[in-house]
Amino acid sequence: MKLTVNGSELQINSDSDTPLLWVLRDELNMVGTKFGCGIAQCGACTVHLEGRAIRSCVTPVSAVAGKQIQTIEGQADEKGLSTVQRAWLETDVAQCGYCQSGQIMAASALLSENPNPTDAEIDTAMAGNICRCGTYPRIRTAVHLAARWMTEEQSA
Amino acid sequence: MSENRSSGGLNRRRFVQAGGAFLFAAQCPVTFSRKAHAAGAGSMMNSFVRIDPNNVITLLANNSEFGNGAYTVMSMMLAEELDVDYRSIALEAAPTTPEYYSPLFREYLTAGSVTTGSTFMPMRTAGAKARAMLLEAASRDWQVPTDELGTHGGQVTHAGSGRSSTYGELLETIHRLDIQPPETVTLKDPSEFAILGKPARRYEGAGKVDGTAQFGIDIKLPGMLYGAIARPPVHGGSVVDFDATDALTMPGVVKAKAIRAGVVVLADSYWRAQKARAKLKINWDRGTNDGVSSEQFYADYRALADTPGLLAEDIGDAIGALDAAEASKRVVEATYEMPLLAHATLEPMNCIARVEGDTCTVWSGTQYQSNDQEVISRFLGIPQQNVTIHRPLMGGSFGRRSSKTADYTVEAVEAAMGESVPVQIIWSREEDIRSGHYRPLFVHKLRGSVDESGMPEAWHQVAVGQSLMQGSKHDPGYMVRGMDIYSLDGCLQEPFGVFPYGTSYQIPNHRVESHNAPRLGIVPQEWRSVGHTHTGIAYECFLDELADKGGIDPMALRLRLTKDHARMNRVLSVLKEKCDWDKPLAPGRGRGVASRIYNISPVAQAVEVTVAENGDFTVDRVVCVVDCGFAVNPLGIEGQVEGGLAYGLGGVAFGNIDIVNGEVQQSNFHDYPVMRLPQMPKVEVHILPSDEPPTGIGEQATTPIGPAVVNALFNATGRRVRRFPLSSQGFNLV
Repeated sequence: MKLTVNGSELQINSDSDTPLLWVLRDELNMVGTKFGCGIAQCGACTVHLEGRAIRSCVTPVSAVAGKQIQTIEGQADEKGLSTVQRAWLETDVAQCGYCQSGQIMAASALLSENPNPTDAEIDTAMAGNICRCGTYPRIRTAVHLAARWMTEEQSA
Repeated sequence: MSENRSSGGLNRRRFVQAGGAFLFAAQCPVTFSRKAHAAGAGSMMNSFVRIDPNNVITLLANNSEFGNGAYTVMSMMLAEELDVDYRSIALEAAPTTPEYYSPLFREYLTAGSVTTGSTFMPMRTAGAKARAMLLEAASRDWQVPTDELGTHGGQVTHAGSGRSSTYGELLETIHRLDIQPPETVTLKDPSEFAILGKPARRYEGAGKVDGTAQFGIDIKLPGMLYGAIARPPVHGGSVVDFDATDALTMPGVVKAKAIRAGVVVLADSYWRAQKARAKLKINWDRGTNDGVSSEQFYADYRALADTPGLLAEDIGDAIGALDAAEASKRVVEATYEMPLLAHATLEPMNCIARVEGDTCTVWSGTQYQSNDQEVISRFLGIPQQNVTIHRPLMGGSFGRRSSKTADYTVEAVEAAMGESVPVQIIWSREEDIRSGHYRPLFVHKLRGSVDESGMPEAWHQVAVGQSLMQGSKHDPGYMVRGMDIYSLDGCLQEPFGVFPYGTSYQIPNHRVESHNAPRLGIVPQEWRSVGHTHTGIAYECFLDELADKGGIDPMALRLRLTKDHARMNRVLSVLKEKCDWDKPLAPGRGRGVASRIYNISPVAQAVEVTVAENGDFTVDRVVCVVDCGFAVNPLGIEGQVEGGLAYGLGGVAFGNIDIVNGEVQQSNFHDYPVMRLPQMPKVEVHILPSDEPPTGIGEQATTPIGPAVVNALFNATGRRVRRFPLSSQGFNLV
């Protein structure tokens, strides 16, 4: 089976029913995507499939063969961190940091669909991503900051 | 003892005094290596600082990082005295040896919100002593007096001659002249601080946005096997026998074996191990906890609360005053009931172990290295120093990873015994919720009266719940006459054991009793802010019941009760103003207040709620005022306050572990809900300026939020909740 992860086509040998999460972590050694619940309840495993946020812990790898997958490792490019990542750093969002890969992937999917979300839209879009450290106020701030920076970058 | 450079500005004595019990003791520096010595290419300047010839400064950190900000504050303190950027400091976990034990706990333990307070002097002293050696080296090399030298950006400079050397370049001189650490050293005066007291972003923040931060679950070792454990349905159950025939036919599965924790399946991937675990057929002995239930705990504890407990405090004559007040109907009685709670760290428990001959190596996210080492050495029958503990970052802990039984660590060791490769055990979320350790269930029975002016006159409280410390190695250290000091945390007016004081309120007749409930059904465990998680609700809500009885405003009541406690009184005064306490609210809205002192930081919160007809409510605004002494990192403090109250609010709003017939009924986030973004209130944090030594902030905000919300719900609806969580009483946080 072949997977396209962060722009690279990769041959994988995991059993076809293996959730994408464990293929990424255990076979491809891309451990930035996290295990939190295994039943799509916490969002720690969020990755992008064709640009949309999905829960990799309940997505069998066979279902995503040949499609474009992006993980936290693919957020940065040759120019450096993504705008969302920079906003996260600027706002000093992370505490333990375990959920933040998933939060950043969820936020970047949100912003690609809605470049200027309201607080309520952020709450709705990010409700599936649990942060046990309670960094929620800074998550809201960082999403707004990323939105502003993205708008500025586009008009520059 | 160190001295400061000048007496100007802030109160210098307060920064250096070591008076008082408990936390103030932590202001004393720990023992340092007396001699500098070469270590690899670099030099150990003292126990905490290594400098390499390439000018890399390494901090050996003896406090663990699980979101608490330990790495940030420790590197800031060291960097301050060495005049370098705190983010230029390399950080290494200090080894698990007595030299690095916490001066407060006398163990290798990160807990109790004491990292900042207990490292404030040691880290600065370590930096200042290293700097003194570098200055001496430059002074002797260049034949100039040390007071003509300065340090900046990792260099020693001499303005007069324009000479400069990096710290790394001076190592050669230090060795050649055998320069040793000074006995005493002068620390910077707070007025000279360039780093401390200024907002600083998280030291290890970059890896937490690009996915490279390494947690225990992320570690891969050559040949490592993954283990999934089938655990007994009842706590304390055990394996009678099992049939792994089907499991062993599955691809990648290597072995299945019984260990004390259950049956472990080892495979070449975690997914395969999990799948094979589902195929095991296990005959369980359900053990002595079969049949226990939460409802029975409540019933038993209520019955116990009606009987005399161990007497913790008896000031004045509470019983007499209460009996006398009955006639004039100035007495209130209430019983508060708090459920079992799981920690639900987002990174599930996990551990890698490798056993080779009489040595053992583990990679474990843990708050409690020395205990893990002890438990493993006892289990394997090997010397303690043969157990090496590597410490990755932790995906949250909230007390769960300070396990006194070292449960998730020693089981990995047991699973790795007899294997020629390392074994990693990862818990599923279901195991975490069903088979973990819990905040014990508690019942507090209260009876109180008000005097003719409406002020509280008598208070009689009986606390019933499982002790955290009884029978552990901390018994008797954290026990007083058979009572667990955590069961009564913040309920007493007099000092109790190692706690210098509990509540900031003064009520003239004050009697508190305690029952240690039978050790049954679960393993009790510290949960962020420990005893306050239940005592805070009981005390602060019942205080509001008395305020209501006496017809006194809850804020005014607290201000009057704290008139002899200057720090809390100041916190409450500021809170009253910042939260617009006297501003009327629309119908359906309510306001509540609560205050607590945890590890000597006074914290108070006021909340505003809006309640719908059906009981759905929102927490619209939280104002939190904290006095945690000198604020080392205001940005980190704000984060701990926001996060701490989110953790506490989730627990009070919907946290509930229910045991029926010995089995935990919840299993994952769908039936053990936790705070999510839409439920998170707007939070305003006010840090009071202070020149007292820094004290804790990691757990302090967790407790007031619960009772403040309960009090606000009463204010909005006239309905008083005394059984938790709120969701079980028709109030749903949305």
